[in-house]
Amino acid sequence: MTRNLILGAMLSSLVVLAALLSFVWTPFDHTTLNIPAKLMPPNATNWLGTDQIGRDILSMIMVGARTSIAVAFVAVGIGIGLGVPLGLWAAANKGGWTDEIIMRGNDLIFAFPSLVIAILITAIFGAGAINAIIAIGIFNIPVFARVTRGGALSLWEREFILAARVAGKGKAHISIEHILPNIANLLIVQATIQFSLGILAEAALSYVGLGAQPPTPSWGRMLADAQTLVSLAPHMALVPGCAIIITVLGLNLLGDGLRDWFDPKLRVARV
Amino acid sequence: MTLLSIRQLGLSIGQKSILRDVSFDIEPGQIVAVTGESGSGKSMTAFSIMGLLPKSAAATGQVLLSDLDVLCLSEAQMCDLRGNDVGMVFQEPMTALNPVHTIGRQVAETIRLHRSVSRSEANQIAASTLERVGLPEDQFPPTRYPHELSGGQRQRVVIAMAIACRPRLLIADEPTTALDVTTQAKILDLLQQLVREDGMGLLMITHDLALVSGMADHIVVMREGEIVEQNQTDQLLANMQHPYTRMLFEASTHAVDLPATKATTPLLEVRNVTRAYALPRTNLFAAAGTFEAVRGVTFEIHEGERLGLVGESGCGKSTLTRSILGLEPIRDGSILLDSEPVFSDGKPNLDVRRKMQVVFQDPYGSFNPRHTVSRLITEPFHLLEDAPKGADRKQIIGEMLTAVGLSPEDAHKYPHQFSGGQRQRIAIARALTIRPKLVIFDEAVSALDVSVRAQILDLIADLCHQYGLTYLFISHDLNVVRTVTDRVLVMKAGQIVEQGDTEKVLSDPQHSYTRALIDAAPRMPDLDAYRKDAAQ
Repeated sequence: MTRNLILGAMLSSLVVLAALLSFVWTPFDHTTLNIPAKLMPPNATNWLGTDQIGRDILSMIMVGARTSIAVAFVAVGIGIGLGVPLGLWAAANKGGWTDEIIMRGNDLIFAFPSLVIAILITAIFGAGAINAIIAIGIFNIPVFARVTRGGALSLWEREFILAARVAGKGKAHISIEHILPNIANLLIVQATIQFSLGILAEAALSYVGLGAQPPTPSWGRMLADAQTLVSLAPHMALVPGCAIIITVLGLNLLGDGLRDWFDPKLRVARV
Repeated sequence: MTLLSIRQLGLSIGQKSILRDVSFDIEPGQIVAVTGESGSGKSMTAFSIMGLLPKSAAATGQVLLSDLDVLCLSEAQMCDLRGNDVGMVFQEPMTALNPVHTIGRQVAETIRLHRSVSRSEANQIAASTLERVGLPEDQFPPTRYPHELSGGQRQRVVIAMAIACRPRLLIADEPTTALDVTTQAKILDLLQQLVREDGMGLLMITHDLALVSGMADHIVVMREGEIVEQNQTDQLLANMQHPYTRMLFEASTHAVDLPATKATTPLLEVRNVTRAYALPRTNLFAAAGTFEAVRGVTFEIHEGERLGLVGESGCGKSTLTRSILGLEPIRDGSILLDSEPVFSDGKPNLDVRRKMQVVFQDPYGSFNPRHTVSRLITEPFHLLEDAPKGADRKQIIGEMLTAVGLSPEDAHKYPHQFSGGQRQRIAIARALTIRPKLVIFDEAVSALDVSVRAQILDLIADLCHQYGLTYLFISHDLNVVRTVTDRVLVMKAGQIVEQGDTEKVLSDPQHSYTRALIDAAPRMPDLDAYRKDAAQ
């Protein structure tokens, strides 16, 4: 257990717990307006203050965490669900035409600036959480395909894979039985990192108004709303900003920590 | 004056004791060999002298290099010592050189680190050092990169770096283990010549007893961090005091007793097989060339026969194995097992494949670390249409584990819970579960310690008696091939250059390459002769 792993796990679970808690309890209803109490700095009633129309910021942050996590989670799911099988297939047919097609297709997707294309997709097909998920998810596919293929290729050279081939097992069978469990650690680490990138991407999309639509709160739009009032009520920008930083930092530390934890060489060094 | 004197060296990492009470001396011009099986602490002894121990290691005792205690020196003083007074040659010449620098620059750099000479002077010394180790400037200019050299030539560069500053002590840690026998012989000659010319002390770390007896003046035998016995080579060979030393020497020359073969029908027929790989195009418009890894190989294995295949690395042994197993298609020729092709219509033939299995070299890499032993050894059941299930399956697992000297309870353990030798037993069990007609041992005992190797050879012989195995035994070790095979093939550059009865080929080789192989292989000493000499 490294310090990174513990700190990362704590920060990430804090965010997840806040999101889960919001299903049963928030300090105030996040849609209720209270115009007289607008732009209040943090105080005893509204712990993190209120926004320009008097909504409780803590409640909005908690509900907004739901959106961020849901978008990033499904986007990572799309990446794993499509990228991993493609990567396994490419590695099993190394040097063949399927490998070429899959990997050059990956390169093609990598060649586009992901956020700009995500904005394009949501602009064409309409703003909303679902389209944001698809836009972010597409760019996760080549990431997972590459990581999977890289890990799988080195395993295909190992003797226990040869032994499985001598036992008459086919490529698909070997990929699922032998390769996938042995690269699971790589994938978990990559998933953590993609998760944090997904949260950033969702914040960026909703910042430009293409993510989840009102009244669903989202961290990116809270930042956008705070922009014009930043000198009047700096807490409106600071709170969602810090929420994003804490989540991304926590997930990155978690990913780093998991990578060290899974690495048998480093584990031996610690013992 | 004594060059290096190790006094009661002890070493521990955390709670674990690595070395205990290690003491020996090296005189100038003397070759001292430290030998023992893996885990005996021989490499750690060398690292203590170089001050290359892991941070968590705590050393006690003294390592006196001409009255200077190396263990008390600071890191800066050690840096001054390394390469200057003490040179080191590592096992793996592929990783010991920096791939992006020329060999001349790498040797010159060591010189400039320790001597205040100009760049051109350093280059001159580097060139002459390279010439001393057998890489003359006109054939191997110092502007070459490591990848342009063969393994043996790279090891020469590593030696040049180690001796460039004329150190008083040279430490060689398994310097020839990664090399072919013919290359090994040349590197050993070179080391001996350098010791003679410069009056250096040489500390050889090696597991190979034949090599030790052939070149060392003084032998130190270690086991589990302690010296069990040390003496002048001729005295030690004539009069071994410790049972462990005797066991090591006996295990190295271990011979097994195989059942006699009967004249039978051919089981495997390999006819005129050629396997070619495409090479990268040299330019955009040229046709891609091909490299023929196996060229027109023809041989057969009869039922109940034990056939050996020897050759150096890159001779095509592995390619041939893969073709026989039907893992790769061949370009020309045919491979028939029981008169059926192993590879037909671009696909491996499953009916044929269930008649053969393989045991690989690396006892660590040949198992999926996440599967239990029972799952590992029943993997070949995948080839059967009606694989045994339930109680039958359990019984076969128990039977196979018992046959290879493990217990049926081991079925629920994972591979990392076993030692290297035990894993090789599991690999043999896996190969035998479906009772194949042919087993291929691909360097199956090469990675094992001598005592473990002797046990595995016994096991193979035992299984021959029990199950009447037919196998192809691939190895670079002539001593092993001599005892476990009836007939042998000698392979060079993709072709079989000689074949015949093992005893006949090895005692009266016809082909010049076979002769070269046999001459280069270090020979175990004739212990009786030593004993007689000592008695007189």
